Amino acid sequence: MQALTRKQLIDKAVSLLDSNTVSAVLGWKRGEFDYDITPAVFTSADELNREFIWNDFCGANFSKYLVSKTDRLEGKLLVFLKPCDTYSFNQLLTEHRFDREKVYAVGIPCNGMADIDKIKKITGDGISKITDNGDNLIVETLYGDAPVEIDKADVLAERCINCKSKKHVAYDELLGEDGEVISSNRFDEVEKLEKMTPDERYAFWQNELSRCIRCNACRDVCPACTCEKCVFNNPASGAESKAPSSSFEEKMFHIIRAFHVAGRCTDCGECSRVCPQNIPLHLLNRKFIKDINCFYGEYQAGAEVGSRAPLVDYTTDDIEPCDVFNGRDTDA
Amino acid sequence: MQRIGVFVCWCGSNIAGTVDVKAVAEALGKEPGVAFSTDYQYMCSQAGQDMIKAAIHEHKLTGIVVCSCSPRMHEATFRKTAAAAGLNPYMVEIANIREQCSWVHKDIPTGTEKAIILGRAAIAKVSLNTPLTPGETPVTKRALVIGGGIAGIQTALDIADAGFPVDIVETKPTIGGKMAQLDKTFPTLDCAACILTPKMVEVAQHENIRIFSYSEVESIKGFVGNFDVTIKKKARYVREDLCTGCGACVEKCPMKKVPNEFNLGMDNRPAVYIPFAQAVPKVATIDPTACNMLKNGKCGICSKVCTAGAIDYTQKDEFIEERYGAIVAATGFNPISMDKFDEFAYSQSKDVITSLEFERLTNAAGPTAGKLLRPSDGRHPQTIVFVQCVGSRCAACAEKGKEYCSKICCMYTAKHAMLTRDKYPDTEVYVFYIDVRTPGKNFDEFYRRAVEEYGVNYIKGMVGKVTPEGDKLKVQASDLIANKQLHIDADLVVLAAAIEPDKSARPLATMLTASMDTNDFFTEAHPKLRPVESPTAGVFLSGTCQGPKDIPETVSQAGAAASKVVGLLAKDKLTGNPCVAHSDELMCNGCSSCERVCPYGAITYEDKEFRQPDRTTKIRRVASVNPAVCQGCGACTVACPSGAMDLKGFASMQIMAEVDAICK
Repeated sequence: MQALTRKQLIDKAVSLLDSNTVSAVLGWKRGEFDYDITPAVFTSADELNREFIWNDFCGANFSKYLVSKTDRLEGKLLVFLKPCDTYSFNQLLTEHRFDREKVYAVGIPCNGMADIDKIKKITGDGISKITDNGDNLIVETLYGDAPVEIDKADVLAERCINCKSKKHVAYDELLGEDGEVISSNRFDEVEKLEKMTPDERYAFWQNELSRCIRCNACRDVCPACTCEKCVFNNPASGAESKAPSSSFEEKMFHIIRAFHVAGRCTDCGECSRVCPQNIPLHLLNRKFIKDINCFYGEYQAGAEVGSRAPLVDYTTDDIEPCDVFNGRDTDA
Repeated sequence: MQRIGVFVCWCGSNIAGTVDVKAVAEALGKEPGVAFSTDYQYMCSQAGQDMIKAAIHEHKLTGIVVCSCSPRMHEATFRKTAAAAGLNPYMVEIANIREQCSWVHKDIPTGTEKAIILGRAAIAKVSLNTPLTPGETPVTKRALVIGGGIAGIQTALDIADAGFPVDIVETKPTIGGKMAQLDKTFPTLDCAACILTPKMVEVAQHENIRIFSYSEVESIKGFVGNFDVTIKKKARYVREDLCTGCGACVEKCPMKKVPNEFNLGMDNRPAVYIPFAQAVPKVATIDPTACNMLKNGKCGICSKVCTAGAIDYTQKDEFIEERYGAIVAATGFNPISMDKFDEFAYSQSKDVITSLEFERLTNAAGPTAGKLLRPSDGRHPQTIVFVQCVGSRCAACAEKGKEYCSKICCMYTAKHAMLTRDKYPDTEVYVFYIDVRTPGKNFDEFYRRAVEEYGVNYIKGMVGKVTPEGDKLKVQASDLIANKQLHIDADLVVLAAAIEPDKSARPLATMLTASMDTNDFFTEAHPKLRPVESPTAGVFLSGTCQGPKDIPETVSQAGAAASKVVGLLAKDKLTGNPCVAHSDELMCNGCSSCERVCPYGAITYEDKEFRQPDRTTKIRRVASVNPAVCQGCGACTVACPSGAMDLKGFASMQIMAEVDAICK
């Protein structure tokens, strides 16, 4: 159960529209299915009342949309930001990707989002309707005899189980209560991978990444991927879209992407959320984050605007290249 | 389509000994794009260069690959050759088949195979080369010398005498450095002050020299010809323009218990002080950590007695910004700390001293007015033991000392021993040594005199332990030649502490992007052929910041550094390096990553209008590179997430082509 209701958000949006504080609202609306919630821009109270959605499937991180949606907008854009979204928001501001003056950010608390794939594992395919019932979701399927009641806690998305912060690091206005930064266990999975032998690890990623269909959803949703022209769309880069000629090349897309967002990735987890093949792409990025923490001291991209970014920054405390493979432990 | 010429050099037998050069020329001749391929004994000789020129004309070559030594040796040579034949000099690539191939491989098949691969990579790269034209930058005709010891003084005087303005930045309140603390100098035994102070006065009076004493270099930006330097002039709470150096404040200051760093803490000085009588500038300095007026506002005596009205308790650090064409590092040395050498009881007994402390003890201006007296009880020492190599040549104890030889200790110890025996013939003097190293003009004669004429007991062997017992120091040592243990009851033990670069050198090197060795000595551009230049253009090295040196060597090097500076400042313009970064504005998204990593501050941002596909315009923030400031390091090309930044002459595509050619 989310702390705020849909009505509270709509009321806030309508009052900001009415007072001309903002000229448009970036929010969620229903897509093809109840669980398929998609970002949308609303400009009137009518539209909001008709289509605006706020429920456990509103996982989409709006920060990246600010780059394209504020570009030609007259006036300000209202954006609702969950705590984890605010990190991407700051990171994009650090990179001068949108004009802060054109945004009115409203922070909203988040109790975690549901993972539709976990629901499907319980109910099977063919979900026709999902109803919110407080701490439970009631799921009806085309084939099921009776609606299934599922505890939300059982289908919480991985990124929400390992939530790193309930604290908003950027907003103009806050609705509801602000939370705290959480010390999560998000690196446990990475540690498991680190403990594997190189062969085991290669097999793990071979298995995961071989399912990639190069739909580019991970890149398109990623708030760190806002290049004017992506290398994968640039014939001059030598890495543009092409059929993989070997089983190794098919991994290169994700490895190149992980390198490109290294040091800038806020671990928002959108890449894994949108992957239609359920590849745990966030693990690649988390490995980078873990290494950066280890080599250059604790660092959370987007925690503040214009903060020190370890990979484009030099301090005399930086790890020596010769120690990179051993980590910081050898210093002691 | 490029028409590439390949020229494989034998370098006599340097390359041809381990590489089948004919096979290399033949194999590379078959590579796509290669129109001509040949080999020759010495490609860098006039005949070899003429051959390249003729081939460029005859085969209408558009690019050439020379398979030879490191590009650091002869890239410039072959670029000139190409330019003389009408080819753009940046259409030349060097495949290093000597240092990276023939010299590291032992058998001909391996060497030949690798030489072909390296040649192939260079061909792949030159195929993608484009003609480049270097720009020009002006030279600021002013030099900065960092450090005001004898090295800095000599460099500054030589540059200033050649007619260029020079600034000296010195952290201490006076210039003079370590030499000002010395008593006599080997091997001629003239008094250090007598030969140094006239130079200090010359510096002070020179119309081309400014001294920033009690100052530090805060930041350095820019590049050869145009370094922008911020100098922090620390508040000395005395106005330099008014102070006459009369010393009234020093005399009247009630806070007289501050350890005197000039005498290495062997006596005390007041809170307001002038380090020594001949200090330059002869201006008092108030020590803010000791002055009662500055600490709690109670006192103010110095300001009352100062007739010049020079005392200013409200003085603040001052920041001076200045542009320089060249920078000379002359940061000098310090003896290492004796903390880790407990076996010599340095921290337990006042009568175990370092050689620099011994210099002060025998100096007429020192704490004992030149009388050799024990620091503990002021008695005249009857038996003195000198221990050489304390922390030097310490390969097995690297965590305590230094692996290198400090070079000056043998000679100054001979000097100390000789002077002691000369002044106090009743004193017994022992010197324990590993080796006595005396290369240098009149050096060995000097040492022989100490042994033969002055009867100094030189004993080959090391002191194992010094134990204070009563008013004696029990010295336990080994005599390696007699093969026996010695026990000496000494009154004074003098440790020849190793020397190390001053602590300010490392942060300075970082600011200058100048390289250092593992001991924090500055690295020279070439150990034999460019010994006074740093590999960083426009940065020069003077004195012990580059390695241990005695005074004559320091002065020679200081003069050499000055002549290099003068050579640079005499030019009106510098030809730039055309291999600089540039940003593809259509791809740049203005994220600032490149700006953050640029060590030269060459990247700025501007809002630029771009036409969109739908014929509207959009204003975007994009990076632009100042080619005069960019040094072509390539850091930005790696940092750029969009691939908008690229390096001319070293484009990512060219590097990839090389890698592909090697991995083929």
